[in-house]
Amino acid sequence: MLQRIRERLNPTDIVMWSIGGILLIMICWGSVATLVKGVYSTHHWIDFIIFGLAQGSVYALIAMGYTMVYGVLRMINFAHSEVFMSGPYTAYYFAAYFYRSGLLESHPVISMVLVFIISMATSTLIAYLLELIAYRPLRGAPRLVPLITAIGASFFLQYVFKGLYGSGFQAYPVVKALEGHLMVGPIRILKFQILVIVAAAILMVALYQFTQRTRLGKALRSVSEDKEASALMGIDVDRMISMTFMIGGAAAGAAGVLYAIMFKQVHFFMGFIPGIKAFTAAVLGGIGNIPGAMLGGIFLGLVESVGPSLFLDGLGIVAPYQLKDAIAFSLLVLVLIFRPTGILGERLAVKKA
Amino acid sequence: MAVITITKLTKQFGGLIAIENLDIEVKEQSIHSVIGPNGAGKTTLFNCMTGFYRPEIGDIRLDDHSLVGLLPDQIVRHGIARTYQNIRLFPDLTAMENILVGMHSHLRSGYFGIVLGLPTTRKEEQKANEEALRLLKFVNLAGKGDLLAKNLPYGNQRRLEIARALATRPKVLCLDEPAAGMNPKESQDLMDFIRHLRDVLGITILLIEHQMRVVMGISEKVTVLDYGKKIAEGTPTEVQCDPRVIEAYLGRGSATQPCAA
Amino acid sequence: MNPALTQRFPGIRLGLIGGVSLVLLSLIGMVETFNQREIISDLISMGQTLLLLTAVFIAYLAAKRGREHGRAQVFGASITAGLIMAGMLTLLVLLGQAINMRQVFINASPVLFQILIFQQEELWAGIGLLLLAGALIGFSAALLCLLPHWLRRVITTGLCSVAGVGLLQDLIAPILSDWSLLADFTDLLFPGNGLSISGAVGLFIVVAALSALWSFRGQALQTRIKALPPQSRRGLNFAALLAGALVMLVLPQVLGLFLSEVMTIVGLYILLGLGLNIVVGFAGLLDLGYVAFFAIGSYTVAILTSPELGFFDWNFWQALPLAVLFGVLAGVILGVPVLKMRGDYLAIATLGFGEIIRIMVLSDFLRPWLGGAQGIGKIPKAAIGGFEFATPQEIYYLILAGCALVGFISWRLRDSRLGRAWMAVREDEDVAQAMGIELVATKLLAFATGAGFSALSGAIFATKLGSVYPHSFNVMISINILCVIIVGGMGSMPGVAVGAIALVGLPELLREFAEYRLLVYGAALMAMMLLRPEGLWPEATRQRELHEEEDAVRASKLAEGSAGPRS
Repeated sequence: MLQRIRERLNPTDIVMWSIGGILLIMICWGSVATLVKGVYSTHHWIDFIIFGLAQGSVYALIAMGYTMVYGVLRMINFAHSEVFMSGPYTAYYFAAYFYRSGLLESHPVISMVLVFIISMATSTLIAYLLELIAYRPLRGAPRLVPLITAIGASFFLQYVFKGLYGSGFQAYPVVKALEGHLMVGPIRILKFQILVIVAAAILMVALYQFTQRTRLGKALRSVSEDKEASALMGIDVDRMISMTFMIGGAAAGAAGVLYAIMFKQVHFFMGFIPGIKAFTAAVLGGIGNIPGAMLGGIFLGLVESVGPSLFLDGLGIVAPYQLKDAIAFSLLVLVLIFRPTGILGERLAVKKA
Repeated sequence: MAVITITKLTKQFGGLIAIENLDIEVKEQSIHSVIGPNGAGKTTLFNCMTGFYRPEIGDIRLDDHSLVGLLPDQIVRHGIARTYQNIRLFPDLTAMENILVGMHSHLRSGYFGIVLGLPTTRKEEQKANEEALRLLKFVNLAGKGDLLAKNLPYGNQRRLEIARALATRPKVLCLDEPAAGMNPKESQDLMDFIRHLRDVLGITILLIEHQMRVVMGISEKVTVLDYGKKIAEGTPTEVQCDPRVIEAYLGRGSATQPCAA
Repeated sequence: MNPALTQRFPGIRLGLIGGVSLVLLSLIGMVETFNQREIISDLISMGQTLLLLTAVFIAYLAAKRGREHGRAQVFGASITAGLIMAGMLTLLVLLGQAINMRQVFINASPVLFQILIFQQEELWAGIGLLLLAGALIGFSAALLCLLPHWLRRVITTGLCSVAGVGLLQDLIAPILSDWSLLADFTDLLFPGNGLSISGAVGLFIVVAALSALWSFRGQALQTRIKALPPQSRRGLNFAALLAGALVMLVLPQVLGLFLSEVMTIVGLYILLGLGLNIVVGFAGLLDLGYVAFFAIGSYTVAILTSPELGFFDWNFWQALPLAVLFGVLAGVILGVPVLKMRGDYLAIATLGFGEIIRIMVLSDFLRPWLGGAQGIGKIPKAAIGGFEFATPQEIYYLILAGCALVGFISWRLRDSRLGRAWMAVREDEDVAQAMGIELVATKLLAFATGAGFSALSGAIFATKLGSVYPHSFNVMISINILCVIIVGGMGSMPGVAVGAIALVGLPELLREFAEYRLLVYGAALMAMMLLRPEGLWPEATRQRELHEEEDAVRASKLAEGSAGPRS
């Protein structure tokens, strides 16, 4: 009898659940303590939430690329963060040119649209080349091989762009029309935050409709369900995989410009942290699941902007905002441990035996 | 005396019922076959028995010990070993190493014994090596121990997989379509080998097989599955004559063939 | 691109690919940076060599592709490729003359264009030379392709050794000139910056001759060694090992201060690599947060020994076991939750853990204990009796001892029940479990062992540097170590050393290289996975059956009847 109990009680599960329990208690305690102390006013919280929404929608757009690629190839495209970086960094030179020539002032909409298009085109091109050169020859290789290649590609691209454009921070030109704030009822929102949220929302809806409605979108989904069967149905699988990378790249390129508008600068290393966070968002929503990635991104953005003040302040931690990345990474690790299928559940089951 | 008793076993995947209310008894030291058309739930049965899947309902007992809910490594220590339908050796390990991995749970040397090179560890390694060599010889692979498993020809890989399973010192050996892809001569050899295994080692053999000649030639008892249910059970001749089996498995046309009984 | 066209002229496609690579090499600044170092004095610089080698390689590939279409195509294809590559560089030069590209591409400087046109005053003369060089490269690549195999090897070995000696002149020249006998010879070989022309030709002839000799006689020698009886072969191995150990012991005395410093850095990476090799190479667990354990080792030593914080006042040897212990403990604590994940999630989760630890160390919240961004200084040196490990030459021995210890433990573990279990888990997790291997416990052992080794290197690192900063422990270190073991060969212990020397030692020697280090790492990771996934020095297959021949004879007497376990 004792042996039976020993065999069925799993020590790792016990450890895991106690870690989870302790964390949960700490979060609750911290939140309650913060709210009781009342350091932050309602205005503060609303600002946190709007900032979180804006940041979250950028994460959601990047997460799109991770989730779609994972859907078709079952690999983490580690270099996606560099796809994200390449677009706005290249577009920066055009934005700076528009600024100098006065176009940005006189025709802000046209010039911003141009910047978006250039950024998306660059990211799309990089994503396409990445798949063609680095990943295509590795179809069917053991699981670790494409992942290591992706890590290599990520650093390669980072330093190629560093070599091309230099290693300094480049300040993105400020668009006059996006400065200041708007009042929506009693709530004050910065104008550029509105742009970021609205633009991201439009792109995400468009992307989702594209995969659901169009012929090409359906072909993409069928490839992610079953490559062999799709090939038998006359779908060019290689082309579809390329297409997946390119769509993910375009979304990342757009996200990049939004990111640059929010943080007002570009840098060759700018992709790394948002990349990991977007991956977290994709896992949060259930990797391979497009609406999940959107939800996951927004959720992560909110947790990251509200979390440090809410959870940590009450615990008496100094300068909690320094730990905002740590909160995002902890969330990643926790989700991977406790619910690797994500909020909405991933569409992929692990095949065994 | 039954070595394996399966009672009321049910396994579902979402809405699909892979195995439904299945009862099987496997006699000690017998050669027992499970047959059935594709998708009848044979491999799922193996996966439930070896702990890869956890059945929703029912019990699997080895002697008097319930195996449901145990992990695969615990089950193999209780004495059930298996091979795979599509050979799953460790491709980049040598044949010898593959067998030595099978002995894992019978070796005791611990971390510090290994690092310090204690005499007990050395002796144990020495003995394990000898036993692995014996097993290699037993499956006719003597001299091929230093080849990487992936470089062995197909038939040798099949036999190496059996040797690896034997290295766990099983009471029950589950073979998942061992004759797949073999020509008549090779499957004849395999039949002899399986019988030899049972006779010499005294273990029980549970067999999934597609080739009817193999099944009918060596089995003492045959269980026929269709859509996850048991539709017939008995000696090979009894099963061969069962009209449900003929319809479900051999196809309607086969009913016209003269029955051996 | 028209597929029919590229079918007819195989040089076009490769030429375009090569052209893009060359333009990229120029624009990211590698050519210009590397140009300061001459390979052969006043003849060819390292930057030009870089372009040349790339171009020859591509043209050679084109020639090989051309050969599939018949002998006549060999020259056609490779000269086409060569001309296209030169043409694309020409376009770059012309574009650079027409507009100022520097606003975007910071490295598109006039100096770069001067290098590309061979420092000619006259633009068009330079461009003519460039195109001529392209055609010549194509022509010689085609010739190389048509040569018999052995001759090709002799020539490439000779040329590569000239390039190698030219590259490592800073390493070779001072060592050679230390020996008074060789001083004159050194002056002859390296008159100033780079090899002399006569020196290069001489070197080429000597190496080529040796290589030719080896290609005819080497086979025979190898078979003769193989034919030796086991005892004398074992003796030979032992002698080689002994000689190797001796060389390692006297090395810092011969090499001098700077090179010893380089050796200590390489040694630290070997130490780290051996640890990660257990986790990634043996057990197949891709751990991107490996640097966290390195940090834990460093910080443990720092906190326990540094008077700056004033908590403890231990010496290095007292702190060392605790550092390793904490590393192992951290490995277990972090390992339990993450090791249940599937492979690619594991990589990201460990990356997350590594970053969490770095952010925590950096934060103001833990500053009173960990020193925040300023780190912890004044860490005392390790000492035995009165002997202090202070200079690089002394610390070298500390690291050497560490490497020997860790190497020995890895070697013991690899050939054991545990090592086999790790490799089985690496090959096929599910089947390994079905063979009776407890997955979590087995993986945890690998993870904790690796963590312990990492903490050990961290401890040595802390006393070597005398201070620790959070910035020494970013994710790049994990990636560097991963590169080392992948380039060397996953699971291969000599591979770790080869990888560390190639990826850490060489860049330290070639200072110009530092800026492009991670670029080359990234490229190396990709190239290894695409072209040579087993690494430069692959793991050797263990010969068990042959070694046990004597046992086999004995075993055969027992043979079949008793083979069975439960008979």
